[in-house]
Amino acid sequence: MFSRNLIAAAIALAFAGQAPAQDAELAKIREEIKQMKDGYERRIQSLEKRLAEAEAKAGKAEASATKAEAAAQASQSRPASESTFNPAVSLILQGTYASTSQDPNTFRITGFVPSGGEVGPPKRSFGLAETELTFSANIDPYFRGVVIAALTPENEAEVEEAYFQTLALPRGFTLKGGRFLSGIGYQNEIHQHAWDFQDAPLPYKAFLGGRLRQEGVQLRWVAPTPIFLELGAEIASGDQFPGADRNKNGVGGSSLFAHLGGDIGASTAWRTGLSYLRTTPQNRAYDSDVDSLGMPVINSFTGNSKMWVADAVLKWAPNGNSTVTHFKLQGEYFRRKENGQLTYDDSAGSVIFGPVTGAFDSRQSGWYLQGVYQFMPRWRAGYRYDRLNFGTVNNGIAQNGLGPVAADFSVLAPHSPTRDTLMLDWSPTEFSRLRFQLASDKSRIGLTDHQFFVQYIYSLGAHGGHKF
Amino acid sequence: MNRILKLLLGLAAVLAVQPALATLSIFACEPEWGALAKELAGDKASIYVATNALQDPHRIEARPSLIARARSADLVVCTGAELEIGWLPLVQTQSGNSRIQTGQPGLFEAARHVVTLEVPQRFDRAQGDVHPAGNPHVHLDPRNIAKIATALAERMAQLNPGEATQYRARAKTFLERWQQATARWEKAGAPLKGMAIVVHHKNLSYLNSWLGLREVGSLEPKPGLPPTATHLSELLANLARDPAKAVLRAAYNDPRAADWLSERAKIPSVALAYTIGGNDKAQDLFGLFDDTIARLLAAAK
Repeated sequence: MFSRNLIAAAIALAFAGQAPAQDAELAKIREEIKQMKDGYERRIQSLEKRLAEAEAKAGKAEASATKAEAAAQASQSRPASESTFNPAVSLILQGTYASTSQDPNTFRITGFVPSGGEVGPPKRSFGLAETELTFSANIDPYFRGVVIAALTPENEAEVEEAYFQTLALPRGFTLKGGRFLSGIGYQNEIHQHAWDFQDAPLPYKAFLGGRLRQEGVQLRWVAPTPIFLELGAEIASGDQFPGADRNKNGVGGSSLFAHLGGDIGASTAWRTGLSYLRTTPQNRAYDSDVDSLGMPVINSFTGNSKMWVADAVLKWAPNGNSTVTHFKLQGEYFRRKENGQLTYDDSAGSVIFGPVTGAFDSRQSGWYLQGVYQFMPRWRAGYRYDRLNFGTVNNGIAQNGLGPVAADFSVLAPHSPTRDTLMLDWSPTEFSRLRFQLASDKSRIGLTDHQFFVQYIYSLGAHGGHKF
Repeated sequence: MNRILKLLLGLAAVLAVQPALATLSIFACEPEWGALAKELAGDKASIYVATNALQDPHRIEARPSLIARARSADLVVCTGAELEIGWLPLVQTQSGNSRIQTGQPGLFEAARHVVTLEVPQRFDRAQGDVHPAGNPHVHLDPRNIAKIATALAERMAQLNPGEATQYRARAKTFLERWQQATARWEKAGAPLKGMAIVVHHKNLSYLNSWLGLREVGSLEPKPGLPPTATHLSELLANLARDPAKAVLRAAYNDPRAADWLSERAKIPSVALAYTIGGNDKAQDLFGLFDDTIARLLAAAK
């Protein structure tokens, strides 16, 4: 621009002193220069316009690219089909190899009324354990459903748990209904494949038949406090041991529990609880006993059963990171009072006394303490001590000379069973585990069962979280 | 028993008085979201962080203190993409808090607001601990933090409309500072482009993608499996052919494998903070990236 004008001026000046005959030429040159200038201006303007349009297009392209990105992301994570709302399914595969010095079929806990559950050791040699199938899903904004079915090695399908749970109750309440593991104690709500040992502690075997399932309704309330405080109550049919199938209207069994828990620093977490269970069994019968002649008898209890459970669990990991090492200490104490009537019936065996009924009351207790330590990634070792205290059992039939004597109630012979258990397990990932367990089980009076188990536990499908 | 039940219900109703929503009660699953929430809410929120920088986020349990804190939370800020699948669903169902259930606005999943990397072609646990929605460790790319911050501020405004203008204003200031800082980090981190590194676990993928680092191996044979002697020897042999400049791990990863490799391959073992609180310098989001870039640059020399 500047130089062109200068050049034009210079040319004009250069030709300033020429003859008028060159004036026409001068005008022509000026005209040409002006045309050149106009041409360049036009071209520059059109170039600028094109640049502006291109920039606008680029801006639009960027915006649609981010939108396409987001749409791709969304469609990636949401495949639309009929199976989109299928429940989360997971499967637990487990089996054992067992070697026991006593016959597992003769297992009993002497001194305690048989609980009728599957409380004995697994069968000898190789054996498949229960295969658990879990389905869970949110039903709608208000409810969640969970079904846990167990396929037993005896080819039966059992419903372990099948319950609904509320999601939207206000103020910290949750209602659960159906069949569910009772919230009493600590280990009762934990499924067998998540236990730290192959079998249940002796107090669970003796007092709850392995673990207590309720059919009824459970209400829980979590307090809005920084420390964890939870209160719960259950009302149920009460037909599981220590209750019995009653065929009566109303509530057959109920429980109350309270849990308190929190953290100590970043490394330790703890929880304690206190629970109370009350049932009123009618004709709670067991037929696994024999009289002094070795003939079968059926004993049946009617009355009420009250149980207190105190539990505590402590977990430690350096800085709360359990990858390399961690430690878990767990213990529970049970105290049970029963009173009512016991009926002794040898009609199927010796047929000496026939059905005899007398007063029966018992005050018995038991506890266990176990510690598990992960000493390196994937490897854990644990030790557990179980003890049951015979306490006081007043068997009116035997004491009042109604016929049968104490020797006719062989399973109730005074005995305080104890057991020591050692275990070592290897978990290559959180989905697989192999366990070796050694135990010295003195549940049977006068006999010690030396047990060796190898157990595998595998988890397939949806990742289920484990309770604390 | 019925009387006891009625008494309990009455007691609970009296005790559980819900206060008016002056400040949001935020439950942050990981420290990075706690720090982000603090930037966006200031003192208009009380924030509880469930885990700390020295804990492996894959191994958290639904312990009682988490359930108690979640009970009173108005907003749960977590990563999602199944990072918290081992404990958050349990905390949700046991907390008795209807506001933080799946599908409610009280549950904010950060990974939904970014594009995830490493979405697996096959969902098979034989590949290790893979997450179907992609790599969940999304916070180590500052561009992701910006996207998540916008979405989080909107969610907070939705839950606490009384303070909505405050949250949005703070988000705007934060994003301005964040954009400037991001440009600064990208400039400072330019020499790191193409740097070959070995990682402990695939939790640094977003950092690598942002800075252009090249991951040539990982100490874990597959995601989630601990380093084994065989795999480490193989890795060492591979590094002889395709060398790396450093071994990177997060503060919560066990240092032994990284130190072993560092000694034998003669490369530095860098412990990155990974999240807020991982070391003294990483006490907020800006410090986290400052420290990360500084450590990487030191290793690149």
